[in-house]
Amino acid sequence: MKSKFKKIFAGGLGQLTIPLIAIALLVIFNLIRDPSFFSITFSHNNDGNTIIEGNLISIINGASELAILAMGMTLVTAACRGQDISVGAAAAIAGSVFVKVLKAFSVINPGTVIFAFICSCIVAMLFGCFNGVLVAVFKIQPMIATLILYTCGRSIAYWINGGATPNVKSHILSGIGSFIPGIPIPTPVLIVILMAVIFMLVFRFTSLELLTQSVGINESAAKLNGINSTFIKLLSFIILGVCVCVAGMIGVCRLGLINHETLLIDVEMDTILAVAIGGNNLGGGKFKISGSIIGAYVIQMLTTTLYAMKVSSTDVKAYKAIVIVLLVVIGSPVVKREFDKVVRNMKAKKKSVSKGAAES
Amino acid sequence: MQTDPLLQMRHIVKIFPGVLALNGVDFTLRRGEIHALMGENGAGKSTLIKVLTGVYPSDGGEIKVDGQVISIKSPQDAQMHGISTVYQEITLCPNLTVAENMFIGREDSVWINRKDYEKRADEILSNLGIPARSTQELGNCSLAVQQMVAIARAVDMRCKVLILDEPTSSLDDKEVNMLFDLMRDLKSKGVGIIFVTHFLEQVYEVSDRITVLRNGELVGEYTVEELPQVELVSKMIGKELGELSSMNEPQDSEAEKKEVFYEAENLSSSDALPFDFKIRKGEVNGFTGLLGSGRSESVRAIFGADKVTGGKVKINGKNVTITKPIEAMRNGIGYLAEDRKRDGIIADLSVRENIILALQVMNGILRPISRSEAESYADEYIKMLNIKTASRETPVGSLSGGNQQKVILARWLLTHPEYLILDEPTRGIDVGTKLEIQKLVLKLAEDGVSVTFISSEIEEMLRTCSRLVVMRDRHIVGELKGSDLNQTKVMQTIAGGESKDEEQI
Amino acid sequence: MKTKKFREPLTNTQLLMTITICIFFAMYILSMIFLGGGFLRPQQIFDMLNDNASLIIVSLGLTIVMIGGGIDISVGAVTSLVVMSCVLYLNKGGSVIGSALLAIGIGLAFGIVQGLLISYLDIQPFIVTLAGMFFARGFTTILSIDPQKVAHAGFEALRGTKLKISWLGYTANNGNVVPGTIELGVFIALLCFVFVFILLKFLKLGRAFYALGGNQTSALMLGINVKRTRFLSYLICGMLSGISGFVFMMHTGAGNATNAAGMEMNAIASSIIGGTLLTGGVGDVVGTFFGTLTLTTIKKIVVASGLNDPWWQSITTGGMLCFFILLQSIVLNQRSKKKTGKSEKNK
Repeated sequence: MKSKFKKIFAGGLGQLTIPLIAIALLVIFNLIRDPSFFSITFSHNNDGNTIIEGNLISIINGASELAILAMGMTLVTAACRGQDISVGAAAAIAGSVFVKVLKAFSVINPGTVIFAFICSCIVAMLFGCFNGVLVAVFKIQPMIATLILYTCGRSIAYWINGGATPNVKSHILSGIGSFIPGIPIPTPVLIVILMAVIFMLVFRFTSLELLTQSVGINESAAKLNGINSTFIKLLSFIILGVCVCVAGMIGVCRLGLINHETLLIDVEMDTILAVAIGGNNLGGGKFKISGSIIGAYVIQMLTTTLYAMKVSSTDVKAYKAIVIVLLVVIGSPVVKREFDKVVRNMKAKKKSVSKGAAES
Repeated sequence: MQTDPLLQMRHIVKIFPGVLALNGVDFTLRRGEIHALMGENGAGKSTLIKVLTGVYPSDGGEIKVDGQVISIKSPQDAQMHGISTVYQEITLCPNLTVAENMFIGREDSVWINRKDYEKRADEILSNLGIPARSTQELGNCSLAVQQMVAIARAVDMRCKVLILDEPTSSLDDKEVNMLFDLMRDLKSKGVGIIFVTHFLEQVYEVSDRITVLRNGELVGEYTVEELPQVELVSKMIGKELGELSSMNEPQDSEAEKKEVFYEAENLSSSDALPFDFKIRKGEVNGFTGLLGSGRSESVRAIFGADKVTGGKVKINGKNVTITKPIEAMRNGIGYLAEDRKRDGIIADLSVRENIILALQVMNGILRPISRSEAESYADEYIKMLNIKTASRETPVGSLSGGNQQKVILARWLLTHPEYLILDEPTRGIDVGTKLEIQKLVLKLAEDGVSVTFISSEIEEMLRTCSRLVVMRDRHIVGELKGSDLNQTKVMQTIAGGESKDEEQI
Repeated sequence: MKTKKFREPLTNTQLLMTITICIFFAMYILSMIFLGGGFLRPQQIFDMLNDNASLIIVSLGLTIVMIGGGIDISVGAVTSLVVMSCVLYLNKGGSVIGSALLAIGIGLAFGIVQGLLISYLDIQPFIVTLAGMFFARGFTTILSIDPQKVAHAGFEALRGTKLKISWLGYTANNGNVVPGTIELGVFIALLCFVFVFILLKFLKLGRAFYALGGNQTSALMLGINVKRTRFLSYLICGMLSGISGFVFMMHTGAGNATNAAGMEMNAIASSIIGGTLLTGGVGDVVGTFFGTLTLTTIKKIVVASGLNDPWWQSITTGGMLCFFILLQSIVLNQRSKKKTGKSEKNK
C-alpha cells in the first residue's frame, strides 16, 4: 500500500512534483494568512450578466496569456534547447495587426473578428518562421536569434499602429476579453482550456511530441532515424507564433485597445519561468505542457498573493526573484546530487541497522 | 642507457559494475622506448590508461615509477609524477595562441609575459622540430601540429612517461611521419612513450615493444621482431572459436542465385572514399577491417547518414537516390549505428517510444501510432528479443548496454526492413546477448532480409557472414567468401603484407 | 635568431572586430558626407560618448561574461538599482566617496551571489541573472517609485566637472561659441576600458576567460580552475555594473525606476556587433567599444536623416543586429567549412 503510493508519487507525478508543491505551499500560506482569500462570490457585472468573482478566479483568469504562451514556449524549449525572448514583442505586433485589420472594417461582427484574427495569426506565424529559420537553418542560439525581434518588435507594432494607441470598442471584443453573456466564467479561461485541448488533440493525432522530444534529447540519433530536425524546430517556432497571436488578441480584447509598450510587458521572462517551474529542462528534451501551464498559475498565484499582501505591482518582481532563486537552487544539479548522497547514506545506515538488528 | 623499468604496473584490477574491465594486468615501460599498447575494443587499453592517468581509481595492483610505489588519484597527481597524456581529441583551446596553450594554467604569475612565453615556446618548438609559430592561433594549425603542440606542452612539463592515445587517427601520411620523427626524438631523450593505435603498420614503424590485451587480460609482451603482423592480429582477436563456430553452413552457391537487392557503384560521402558494393536478398555480408579502416563510413554512406557526394545506387534493379536517412528507410534500409549512446538511443524516452521511433518517422508526423498499438508493438518485441526491462515505460537510458542495443534492434525490425545494416551491434554487451543477436541475424537472412554485419570480433563475423568485404586505410582491399572464410585468411587480408599489390582496387 | 616576422592570419575575434570597425567608420564618414550637420562637429562624438558612458562600461562587463561562455541579463537592472540607491544615499546626507563605494558594493554583491549560484551550483546563467534582474528592478521601486533628483552640493560639483576644449567646439546659430564638452563619466569609462583591456590581454585570468569559453573541458585539462574563473567573470561584470550605475547618475543627476531600461539587451547587442560570440571564447573589448558606437551612430543617423517617427530607431537597430548576427553565422560557418575541407583533402 505504502510502496504503491510511493510509486505513484515518484513515477506518476514526476516533473510535476515541484510546481504542485509550490501551488500547495502557496495555498496553505494563503489559508493561514487570510482564509477569505479563496472565497468565491457570484455577482452581476455592468451588462447584467451573472459572473463569478474572487481571487482564485482572477488568478486563473490573469494567467491566461501566460499559460498560452508557456504552452508554445515549452515546444520551442524542447526542440531547440533554448528560449524565445521575443514573445512579448511579437504579441504586440500580432495585437496591432488585429486592431489594424478590425479598424479597416466599418462594422465589427464575428466574421471580421475571425478575419482579423487569421490575419494577425499569419503575421505572428511569419515572425515565428523568421526566428525559426535563424535557429534551425543558421544554427544561431535561440536567445540571440530572438534578440533581434525583442529589440525591434514593439517598435514595429508602434509603426503598424501609426504612432498611436488605437482603441476598438465592440461587445464581441469585450466578450473575448472578459465575459460572454450567459457564461459566468471569464472567456480567457475558456480560451486556455480550448488551447490546451487543441494541444492535447495535436499530440494525440500527430506524432509531434515524440519527434520533438527525440530532436531535443539526441539530435544526432534523431537525424539517423530519418527525422527532419530542421523542420521540427521550425515547426515549434510556428506553433509558438499561433500561441503568441492568441495571447496578443486576449490582451487587446481585455483593454479594448492596443498599447505597444504595455501589452504583455515582460511576459517573455515570466513565460520562460513558467516553463522552468513546470519542471521542464530549459536545456531541451522531455517536456510536459501541463507542467508549464501549472507553472504559469504558480507565477500568477504568487503575484496575486503578493498583491493581496499590499505589495505594489512594481515591487512584486523583487519577491518573485527570491522565489525563483529558491526554486532553482532546490532543483540545481549540485543540490540534487548532495541530497541524493544524504538520502543514500541514510538508507544505507537504515539497512545496516536493520541488518544488525536481524543478526543480533 | 639504463635498463631498469621507468614505469611498472603490477596486477592492475579494475571493476565496473558487473564487468571485470582489467583482470590483473601487468605493464612495463622502459626508459627511452616506444611501447605500443594493442587490443580491440573492450580489451581494456583505455581503462588501463585511465587508471594510469588517475581518471579511474584502480581496484587493485600497484604502480611504480622509477622503482617507487606511487598512488595516482587524479590527473594532476599523474602529471606531478611525470605522466602526461595526449588524447585523440585535442584538449587544448583552439581560440588561444600556440604559446598560450603551452603555458596557460602552469604559471603562478598573475601577468602573462607574452614575449617570454613566445620566446620559450619558439625554442621548444624548434628544438622538437614542430612546424608551428608560437604566435599562431591554435585553431589555425593543422590537427597534426595541434597534436604536437600538446606533446610539446607535456614535454616541457618534464614528463617521463608520455601516453599518446590514438594520436594518428586524424592525420595524413606526411603528418604521421612528422609525428613519428618527434616521437623518435623524444625517445632518444629518454622519455618512455606508450603508443595506442589501431594502425598496425604504424606500430611496426616506430615501436620497440608491443603489449597485447584482450578482454581485460594481458595476452603478452613482445618485442616487435618476435611478433609478425599476422600473429599480432591473431593475438588481438583471439583464436578460440566459440561453440557456435559451425553455425553458418556454406551456402554461397545458393545465395549466388538470389537476386541482388542493393547495388552501389562508386558511392562516396564526405567521410568515405568511393567504393562499389552489392548485396543479395537473404545474404549476410560483413565489412571487416580494424577501427578507422573506413568500414563504418562506408555503411553510413549506404544509409545516407553522411553527406553523399557521388555514386549510383540501385535497389531491386531500379535507380534510386539516397542522400538522407529517411530516403534509405523508405527504400527498406535500416541502420543500427555504431555509437549506441550518441547515435542510437534517445536516453530519456521510454522503451516503448524508442521502439516505435523509426516506424513512426516513416509513417509521417500526421499518422501517429496509437498508444495501444505502440504498447502491443513494444510488448511483442520486448518478448521476442527478450529485452530485460522493468516495464515498457522505463527510460531506455537506464537499461544495460545489451538491452539498449536490443531496443534499437527492435526499432529497426519493427520497420520490416529488406536490408538491415548492423554496425557493431555486439560491442560492449554480454556474451549471451551477443549470441542472441547473431542468431537473430541468421534468422532474418532465412526470411529473405539482406544483412550487413560489422564487428570487431572476427570469429563472430565468420559465424554469421557468407561474404566478407575487407577494408584497410579507407579502401576495400579484398572480398572473401566460401573456403576463404577462415581466421588466417581474414587476418592476412586485414594485416596486408605479402600480397599488397594485387589488392589494389 | 628570428629571421622572418610572420604576419599571422586574422583570428575569428580579429576578423569580426575588423568588420565592425570598418562598418563603423564607413557609416560615420558617409554620414559626414551625406548628412553633414552634427556629424561634422567633434561634439557629435563627444555626445555619443557622454550619453553612452555607462552603456560602454556595462558592455565591457558583459563581454567578459560572454567570452567565458555565459550571459548576464541583470546588468541594466543593477545599474538602475545603483542609481536609485546612490541618489537616496546622497540626499540623506551621504558623501560622494561613500556613494561611489556603495555603487561598487551593490555591483559586487550581485556579481558574487550570481557568480556563486552559476559556478558552484551549476544553475543556468540565464535563469540566475533573470532573477537578479527581477530583484534589482523590484528593489529599485521598493526604494522609491517616484523619480528622485540629487540635491547634494558635493555631487553637483563633481557632476559639473567637465572637460571643455574650446578649439574642438563649434559656433551655434546665435553666434556663441560652444566648446567641445566631455563629461567625467567618459573618463571613468575610459579607465574601465583600459582595465578590461589589460585584464583580457595581459593577465592570466583574462586568458583563462578565453580558454573557458573556447573549450571548457580543455580548460580543465590545461589546469585552469574553471569554477573560480567563471565566478570571477560574473564578479567583474557585477562590479562594472555598479560603476556604470554611478556614471549613469553623474550623467542624469536623478534616479528613476525606469532608468537604464533595456540596457542589458543594448549591451548584449553591442557585444555581438563588436564580434563577441554568445557561444564563448571569441570577443574583444575594442570590438565591443566600437559595437556601442555603431549602435549609437545608427540611432543618430536615423534621427539625422529625418526619420523622426519614434519607431525607426529600434527597427533599424534590430535590422542592424540581424545583419551582424547573420554575418557572424555565415563567416564562421565558411571558415570552419574551409578548415574541414582542407583536412579532407589532406587525407
